[in-house]
Amino acid sequence: MTPLHLAVALEGTGWHPVSWREPEARPTALFDAGYWAGQVREAEHGLLDLVTIEDGFAIQSSRPFEPDERTDQVRGRLDALLVAARVAPLTSHIGIVPTAVTTHTEPFHFSKGVATLDYVSTGRAGVRVRVSTRPDEAALVGRREISRDDAPALFDEAADWVEVVRRLWDSWEDDAEIRDAATGRFVDRDKLHYIDFEGRFFSVRGPSITPRPPQGQPLVTALAHRDYAYRLVARSCDLGFVTPQETADVAPILAEIRREQEAAGRAEEPLHVLGDVVVFLDESAEAAQDRKGRMDSRLGRELISDARIVVGTPAELADLLLEWQEAGLAGARLRPGSVDHDLVQITRGLVPELQRRGAFRTAYEADTLRGLFGLDRPANRYAA
Amino acid sequence: MPRKQIHLAAHFPGVNNTTVWSDPEAGSHIEFDSFVHFARTAERAKFDFLFLAEGLRLREQHGLIYDLDVVGRPDTFTILAALAAVTDRLGLAGTINSTFNEPYEVARQFASLDHLSAGRAAWNVVTSWDEFTGENFRRAGFLPQDKRYLRAKEFLAATWELFDSWRGDEIVADKESGEFWRPAGDFAIRSDQFDIHGRFPVPRSPQGRPVVLQAGDSEEGREFAASGADAIFTRHGTLEAGQAFYADVKGRLAKYGRSPEDLKIMPAATFVLGDTEAEAQEKARHVRYQQVSPATAIKFLEQLWNRDLSDHDPDGPLPTVDPVVGENTISRGRASVRMYRDPIRTANEWRELAEAKHLSTREVIIEVTGRQNFIGTPGRVAELLDEFVQADASDGFVLVPHITPGGLDDFADTVVPLLQERGVFRTEYEGSTLREHLGLKPAPTTAAGDLGTAVSG
Repeated sequence: MTPLHLAVALEGTGWHPVSWREPEARPTALFDAGYWAGQVREAEHGLLDLVTIEDGFAIQSSRPFEPDERTDQVRGRLDALLVAARVAPLTSHIGIVPTAVTTHTEPFHFSKGVATLDYVSTGRAGVRVRVSTRPDEAALVGRREISRDDAPALFDEAADWVEVVRRLWDSWEDDAEIRDAATGRFVDRDKLHYIDFEGRFFSVRGPSITPRPPQGQPLVTALAHRDYAYRLVARSCDLGFVTPQETADVAPILAEIRREQEAAGRAEEPLHVLGDVVVFLDESAEAAQDRKGRMDSRLGRELISDARIVVGTPAELADLLLEWQEAGLAGARLRPGSVDHDLVQITRGLVPELQRRGAFRTAYEADTLRGLFGLDRPANRYAA
Repeated sequence: MPRKQIHLAAHFPGVNNTTVWSDPEAGSHIEFDSFVHFARTAERAKFDFLFLAEGLRLREQHGLIYDLDVVGRPDTFTILAALAAVTDRLGLAGTINSTFNEPYEVARQFASLDHLSAGRAAWNVVTSWDEFTGENFRRAGFLPQDKRYLRAKEFLAATWELFDSWRGDEIVADKESGEFWRPAGDFAIRSDQFDIHGRFPVPRSPQGRPVVLQAGDSEEGREFAASGADAIFTRHGTLEAGQAFYADVKGRLAKYGRSPEDLKIMPAATFVLGDTEAEAQEKARHVRYQQVSPATAIKFLEQLWNRDLSDHDPDGPLPTVDPVVGENTISRGRASVRMYRDPIRTANEWRELAEAKHLSTREVIIEVTGRQNFIGTPGRVAELLDEFVQADASDGFVLVPHITPGGLDDFADTVVPLLQERGVFRTEYEGSTLREHLGLKPAPTTAAGDLGTAVSG
């Protein structure tokens, strides 16, 4: 059996909006480094492939296009790339994947940021690209106006953003630094490359100021729910996250991504797709139901999510994940309902369960994030 | 009167010819291990902070990437956040450009860094305006001369408004009542350079605002620093020049309602240590020749002359032709060339120097590009540093070692204990935040009244 790939998406005290009120939750620790270090260490204890660190450009809001005035949910967060960098030296094997909002950030800055994350984690960096279609987020920067109708173009822009980031990672050949005392040259400038990207949305000259990162190309990921987002995954990513509700949804989603891959001329490129699942896990299904029920009643309604919600035992979740694997997914990205409870259920419940079934690693088999996904260190596009 | 306490910062050796990469002991300027070694040495020696410079485009000369110095560096915010994981008290200072970033992003990053380091973040605010660097950015870069400091001031003022948009007591997180917070962070900023509004997402950080550093000796730079910076970097080499600068800048503080201790003056300083004075002098001479190779001497010459001098003999006299006056087209992405405001006059000064001391071209470059140097036995260097500070030529130093990553080790092991014996440098960190290390007051909680007056005035 091919082992599953497992990721955890870290978001505040968990994915349930009132998870901060759970007994185990530590809402006042959300802005301390130790909180995040603890979560990532726990995920590493469970031998997970990676954590994604959620981020939005703006503060959280229950309204789709503007800040809200709710006082009963977690508000405020730290920059995901910095959280990732802060925890990287404290871990040794797990992949660390912060979120980048492509719509408002500079690809030049993020390219060197993720490259540097790759250096400080010695080859475990990735980036989750995210598009912002919110006018209120655009107002934070003030450079442009955005409406929801712009979404397809903003996804195209995200593809350009990734292209620039990837070219910049390759803009230094691996052996560019020569330290040649005889000629006094520190670098061989013939091995530094202008990327000269010119697109519809921006142009970037290069080269990067940061040498090529340890993995060559850190992992690029995105979450996708529909056509233009599947296209971004197919054109630009090494790893996609998708949201089937039922097992029957898996095959059509994958078919669409594969079609887009062919259209982009990337049919031969490895592309792993994981299914997102919101999880509430306990040793008994009743206990899980009770916990989620308590949170729902505090929320005043049942939890709604873009992703499948599983409330039950680790064994029940394992059944679903293996069914999805059968349908073609490479694994799952789990969103813990209440992180201080459900992350431990994943690492100490689900993982041993999958290991018993021969469906998950029993030790890390590689030192880099690409390695965990069986990806080679890619050749440099600019190398002669 | 008690002796003034010295403040010390450590500049990670970087992209300039001070850094000697050709030395057998020189390590990587990119690998994280180098940064960890350097930061831990600085922290072991109880330094105030570590400092990173930045340049957002690889430097060029004659349209080619400049290859004689160290080339390449990591991302500033990312490396500082990672260093917060391997140090406990050391301040973490980064150079971040106000032209190729947005206030919202930078405020979010610095507030995050300050949380993640428990109050150790510092920001060296620099302005850049050249299209050359702008070619790396979607927003591009050109700013007319008269808008440069305006943008920097408005940028800083905007970030202060964002930092101050949370007071620090908003997060209640009362699980019983269900009240997580009292909404905060709303801002609306309209100025010449910015038109932004919304809600800032990061709660007030341990320092409130990062410590603000400023480099620059120009009239505008001094005024900018006096209006809002917590420390200023300088390059004044002599005691007299240092004293004049110190008196000038400290004298500007009162009109912004600030006291002399609110702004620390910290010149960059290189040092060379030896067991005897003679050994130290000989080592220093050797280092200068490593720093200014024959090829490097010609490149420096071209930067002032603003013309191709690749055929010039570095061991011969200075060129007899005059520099090309006008926009410097030879060298790009380098701050120092902008200092040559009157290249013909500077060239004549160099010629007079060469004649008086019988110097070759390379020797002139070695002489004129030399920075503040403290050369001698550890005892002598400790004495000189202390004298400099007690004579009000500075409040401390940004030490610039020439070797990565071990260039600070000897200083930490030999000079720092002597400064501590003299009673002018801490033996333990007294506080936990950088603001406390620097003896600065807590950050104000409202932007009104400080930078606001400087911007309008």
